[in-house]
Amino acid sequence: MNKTIITVVGKDTVGIIARVCTYLADNQVNIEDISQTIVQGYFNMMMIADIGRSQKPFSEMVTELENLGEEIGVRIRCMREDIFTKMHRI
Amino acid sequence: MVSILEVHETNKMIEQEKLDVRTITLGISLLDCGDSNLDALSQNIYKKILRLAKTLVATGKEIELEYGIPIVNTRISVTPIALIAGSACRSEGDFVSIARTLDLAARDTGVNFIGGYSALVSKGMTPADETLIRSIPLALSSTERVCCSVNIGSTKTGINMDAVLLMGTIIKETASATRENNSLGCAKLVVFCNAPDDNPFMAGAFHGVSEADAVINVGVSGPGVIRHALEAVRGENFETLCETVKRTAFKVTRAGQLVAQVASERLGIPFGIVDLSLAPTPVVGDSVAGILEEMGLESVGAPGTTAALALLNDHVKKGGIMASSFVGGLSGAFIPVSEDQGMIDAVLRGSLTLEKLEAMTSVSSVGLDMIAIPGDTPASTISGIIADEAAIGMINQKTTAVRLIPVMDKNVGEMVEFGGLLGHAPVQQVNTFCCSDFISRGGRIPAPIHSFRN
Repeated sequence: MNKTIITVVGKDTVGIIARVCTYLADNQVNIEDISQTIVQGYFNMMMIADIGRSQKPFSEMVTELENLGEEIGVRIRCMREDIFTKMHRI
Repeated sequence: MVSILEVHETNKMIEQEKLDVRTITLGISLLDCGDSNLDALSQNIYKKILRLAKTLVATGKEIELEYGIPIVNTRISVTPIALIAGSACRSEGDFVSIARTLDLAARDTGVNFIGGYSALVSKGMTPADETLIRSIPLALSSTERVCCSVNIGSTKTGINMDAVLLMGTIIKETASATRENNSLGCAKLVVFCNAPDDNPFMAGAFHGVSEADAVINVGVSGPGVIRHALEAVRGENFETLCETVKRTAFKVTRAGQLVAQVASERLGIPFGIVDLSLAPTPVVGDSVAGILEEMGLESVGAPGTTAALALLNDHVKKGGIMASSFVGGLSGAFIPVSEDQGMIDAVLRGSLTLEKLEAMTSVSSVGLDMIAIPGDTPASTISGIIADEAAIGMINQKTTAVRLIPVMDKNVGEMVEFGGLLGHAPVQQVNTFCCSDFISRGGRIPAPIHSFRN
């Protein structure tokens, strides 16, 4: 239930992962898996994270990560894992 | 564990292909609100709706944010008012005051529509049913968010032709009462045959008497997602085409099922059904017509359209049924004209006529929906169209509906703007030959032979 998928899409630039990871560490979010690929010319990163220990309300984290993305110039989405597992797993 | 490509696919569906949950609809039973005093009845209704729906809109927003999937509407449906207000409402004015109470409750809970200003008269009308029906023009012209529906027939009961005759007049009067707004009142009035008890979609939603005290129903959407999936199999055979629709519908429905379960948990209200209808919006790319054209039709309405729609509808259901624990409501691809840019374009091109739309409703959709017709169309002609549509529903044991808008002061070819999700539509030609001697015979059409199954 506390699994979260964080995706970052945009032009590749220095320090994207560092900035996102710093934010997550500051909020006691544990990163369980990171993968990245280039899809249609864009940098795509996905993290599976556990937010179980974070004190921050989920909706606040969504908004803050979105804002962080705007700062760096990429699109960051933070969504509960269920939406993906329900869609792609029977 | 999900893979990055799967995550990318879901995000693409949401961001580029307009996957959304069209509506979370909270059905509320008003059967325990009855009172013979009008003020007491109004208060009971208002209090119950506010108590159950207080956090509905906020919960919808919360789910949208956390799961990243847009939830376009949150709505409320209630027990058909004619069933609960009979002892308190003696006049049309009394019923209209209940409509205003519903409107107020909708505004105060923040939902954009409330459905259930309804009467179920498939076999006969009680005095309360008839008074409510006669109050519809005033109710719709003096409220903003109230939606009306009238069920005038079913496979089990046949068609109540007295009600069909009356509804032709009521639609005209509603058009006239809301003439300043392009007869918009008619966009909130649906005439049904075989109306379902658990439909989450407006304007026809009401909370049937077979339902629990309160229930969460969800309507999914996603024509854009299906169209994109079909682009990848252009030119392939029907087996591949159907498989692709099915697989995509499964994913779309799973998203709806998840939202329904989460909403149900958070609101503490049982989950009812997921409605598998493909609901278009006027936004470019979110079109059912677009899917049919992607299948290989030059323009919707061309020969082959009915077959294309039939296979689309059937495979959306085949994919969707496995994705949801309970499927219900209307569950058929919608083909509203004004709410689907592809349909609008097809009408303007001259490829899509009212008669072809009628044929399409026999295999799939819910009915003749959001179609603008000339304001001077006679009431008997509208009744004739309702009777035809009801006959298709009755004989084929499916839901059919009519939501026509005779736009006052407008003629064939003129464009009418309804605004927002209701979209815009060109006024369409209606067959001008008269049917009034047929329509005004009075009485009912008996139930069809295949309804006697016991």
